Amino acid sequence: MLLGIVLTVFGSVFVGTKVSNASWTPGLALDLEGGTQLILTPVSSAGTPTSEDINQAISVIRQRVDASGVSEAEISRQGQRNIVVSLPGTPSQETLDLVRKSSQMDFRPVLAVDVGSPAPEPTATPTDSPTDTPTEEATPEPSASASATADGSVAGTVPGATTPTPEPSPSASSGAQSPSDAAYYLTPEVQQQFEDLDCSAEGALAGGEPGAADKAFVTCDTDGVYKYALGPIEIPGTQIDSATSGLQVLPNGGVGTEWVVNIKFTNAGTTTFAKTTERLLAQQPPQNQFAMVLDGLVISAPQVNTVIPNGQAEISGDFTQATAATLAQQLNFGSLPLTFQVESEQRVSATLGSEQLQAGLVAGLIGLVLVVIYSFLQYRALAILTVGSLVVAGVLTYGVIALLSWTQGYRLSLPGVAGLIIAIGITADSFIVYFERIRDELRDGRTLPAAVERGWDRARRTILASDAVNLLAAVVLYALSVGGVRGFAFTLGLTTVIDVIVVFLFTHPMMEIIARTRFWGGGHPLSGLDPRRLGAPERTRYVGRGKVVTGPRSTAGPEDAVEDEPVTDRKVPTPVGTGGMTIAERRAAERAAARRADAPTDAPQTTEGND
Amino acid sequence: MAAGFAQWGNDLYTGRRSYDIVGRRRLWFTISAVLVVLSGILLVKPGLNPGIEFRGGSEFVVSGITDRSQQLAIDTVQSIAPDEAPKVSDLGANSLRIQTSELDRAESEEVAAALADAFQVAPNQVTTQFIGPTWGADVSQKAITGIVVFLLFVTVVMTLYFRNWRFALAALIALFHDLLITVGVYAAVGWEVTPSTVIGFLTILGYSIYDTVVVFDKVRENTADVLDQSRHTYAERANLAVNQTLVRSINTSVVALLPVGAILFVGAFVLGAGTLRDISLALFVGMLVGTFSSIFLATPLEVWLREREPKVAAHTAKVLRARRSSGEEGAPVLAHAATVGATVPGSHQGTAAQPRRRRTKR
Repeated sequence: MLLGIVLTVFGSVFVGTKVSNASWTPGLALDLEGGTQLILTPVSSAGTPTSEDINQAISVIRQRVDASGVSEAEISRQGQRNIVVSLPGTPSQETLDLVRKSSQMDFRPVLAVDVGSPAPEPTATPTDSPTDTPTEEATPEPSASASATADGSVAGTVPGATTPTPEPSPSASSGAQSPSDAAYYLTPEVQQQFEDLDCSAEGALAGGEPGAADKAFVTCDTDGVYKYALGPIEIPGTQIDSATSGLQVLPNGGVGTEWVVNIKFTNAGTTTFAKTTERLLAQQPPQNQFAMVLDGLVISAPQVNTVIPNGQAEISGDFTQATAATLAQQLNFGSLPLTFQVESEQRVSATLGSEQLQAGLVAGLIGLVLVVIYSFLQYRALAILTVGSLVVAGVLTYGVIALLSWTQGYRLSLPGVAGLIIAIGITADSFIVYFERIRDELRDGRTLPAAVERGWDRARRTILASDAVNLLAAVVLYALSVGGVRGFAFTLGLTTVIDVIVVFLFTHPMMEIIARTRFWGGGHPLSGLDPRRLGAPERTRYVGRGKVVTGPRSTAGPEDAVEDEPVTDRKVPTPVGTGGMTIAERRAAERAAARRADAPTDAPQTTEGND
Repeated sequence: MAAGFAQWGNDLYTGRRSYDIVGRRRLWFTISAVLVVLSGILLVKPGLNPGIEFRGGSEFVVSGITDRSQQLAIDTVQSIAPDEAPKVSDLGANSLRIQTSELDRAESEEVAAALADAFQVAPNQVTTQFIGPTWGADVSQKAITGIVVFLLFVTVVMTLYFRNWRFALAALIALFHDLLITVGVYAAVGWEVTPSTVIGFLTILGYSIYDTVVVFDKVRENTADVLDQSRHTYAERANLAVNQTLVRSINTSVVALLPVGAILFVGAFVLGAGTLRDISLALFVGMLVGTFSSIFLATPLEVWLREREPKVAAHTAKVLRARRSSGEEGAPVLAHAATVGATVPGSHQGTAAQPRRRRTKR
């Protein structure tokens, strides 16, 4: 059973190393490996960010970090409102700045669209792709009107892809007629920039740069499939009141089968959006599209099919429930201009990390050795079982951590190491509880197998109760904690569970086995389970060959009866049978006790008398 | 030594040797009260020394240096930020930790570079850390929530497990006692309170309860049928339980303290200030106090609470009355308690246990 667990754990890690990127050494956290950790709190001037906003913020940051080419970055949420960004090694200044940049959303008119990167094979023209890119329809409410095609199909329908015809008009210098004035905004530089943009290049999808509000802006969509040349900001994200996703509401009030995203604008947004839609409607494709730019990347670019005067727009297309919900979340997120406040920034040099790890391991080793020495002093040969159990627990813990480090991306931190070391003591505790219970039973005069059985019965309850308390503490700590506390709580909880497994599946079965051996079962003085040393009552017993021996020791036997060497003639030390002292023996014992009471004793005496 | 200890353990188990722990509860309560009050004073007077995580600020650690001149570090920082008063401390054998108030990004980059330069190490040997002032507050708020939730859970679990709320209450009082004294000791030592320290404090919660559960389990076992007999009072049975678990308590505590002590030693003397040292001091003190309280505070408290229960009070009175009337007035009460729970067949229980002949006057 235990072997099965161990084999499963290590087997899966082994398979992991073969087929995946699992490693035999557990991953180390930043404080041990070196690297940079930022703890950010998204702050908004307009209201408190909701839980969803923070998840969105995390995906925005993830997009930035992943696109900037940092490998193995970890972005996770911590507690209610913190975002932890861990970057291994020494990331560049630009990366760090990028992570901390505030995020915003804007609506800009589309001036030109093209395929995101120079297609390697000419057959992969956008015309083939509309199936997997959503065709969005912007139908204003309540009166349905018109269809809109989003990025995908738009680019496909536009012949020659590079539609923007930069007609250098003489009026360019005199100012823009509208934000869609391609002639004004698509200056040769912008045009050049647009043509040079390669969305598959490293860092192109990092986003973070919202672009100047009153200038043209060239960017990619989040997948890097298309690139856009956009006009100036027309509607800032703050003018979105809310966005929801749901099934389309048909003109007759029924519910359709298509997933749509509904946007509601604020008062200011309503006016601007009405004007924008009015103007865009008159434009030629692709200039009748407007792009929703989140964090410098286009998340959606629907085409306008009608003027929307009431500030309630509906985006339809090939949405699934999930994609519609995502877009709605992104829009909601965009309505809150978030800045990321740096709560803590920590840069750990790799040398300091390894120094700490080394010291931690040395401390653990010292602790382990001390525990082993103490066990041998207290439990003699029985300590072998303690050591064996600790080894099993250690091996199992190592395997589980390696496994979790592969499957869950768990990283061992310094508090985690501390938790592991402290766990040595707590794990050994449960063996002590067990052994002491067995000894108690031996003192009551039971034979070893019987003592093991009864002792286990009682120790089991105690071990389970106290481990439950420990686990409870670990779970509460883990669930409510931030930062290093988590790593500590995790290892503490893990080792508690492993402790239970080891005690039940290794220590106890082994105890039962060794109880049958002659060395332990026979109560050898060095076995740690010698009933005589434990003061078990000696009784008259049959020792074979017709001989009956009455042990001179009893519960009130002569003092100093605890000698390591067994009294000769005691071939079967396990007490069997029943029988008490004779009267003479009892009197002798009383005299001995009286003598002892008179003599000064070294140990603190019983507190008899008045209490 | 081990032989003596084992013998002592045997005597405690059989009751041949017994410490009247429950009976002297006034003494233990006084000791605990004094310690708690002392901790309270320590918390106010020197107070806890909040670490940078709770103050906010910037921290630099220069590692791998040969010259550990603190003045050099101070001068270097002040050459960039003139009105800073950096706190410099040793960290391990070859590292220095420099803490300043909040520096902005550019400044802290500059300071890091200057420090690397001044101590002649590579720039990547300098660890920088910036912590906003609200970070620590966030941690402490989480910790307090954690404590409250944990206490609620523990109260429920213990009440269910022991089927009596008095166990839970006694354990909780012992827990607060442990926590307060640990925090007090931390204030007295004057080490900085970091999130690691808070971790340590929180772990004590679990450990203190764990320790108490082990003792209470035996108390419950010994007193399970206390009302069905008339030889021992509840207090005597509970006292026997504490004595019987004494060896176990000592062993478990020593074994738990050894690794923590190892971390504390390595942390305090080799590494200097840092996660390991902060966690281990809190744990070391907490475990020590936790062992004390599980033996000397929790059980006497539980007995004290129990004796207020009418049934138990009546039983105690009955036992004592019976003992007096059987002509053993002034006899050592503990001599009665000093027997192992299971009576050994054949051993003498005293004349009181003998069947009495009814004397009839004729």
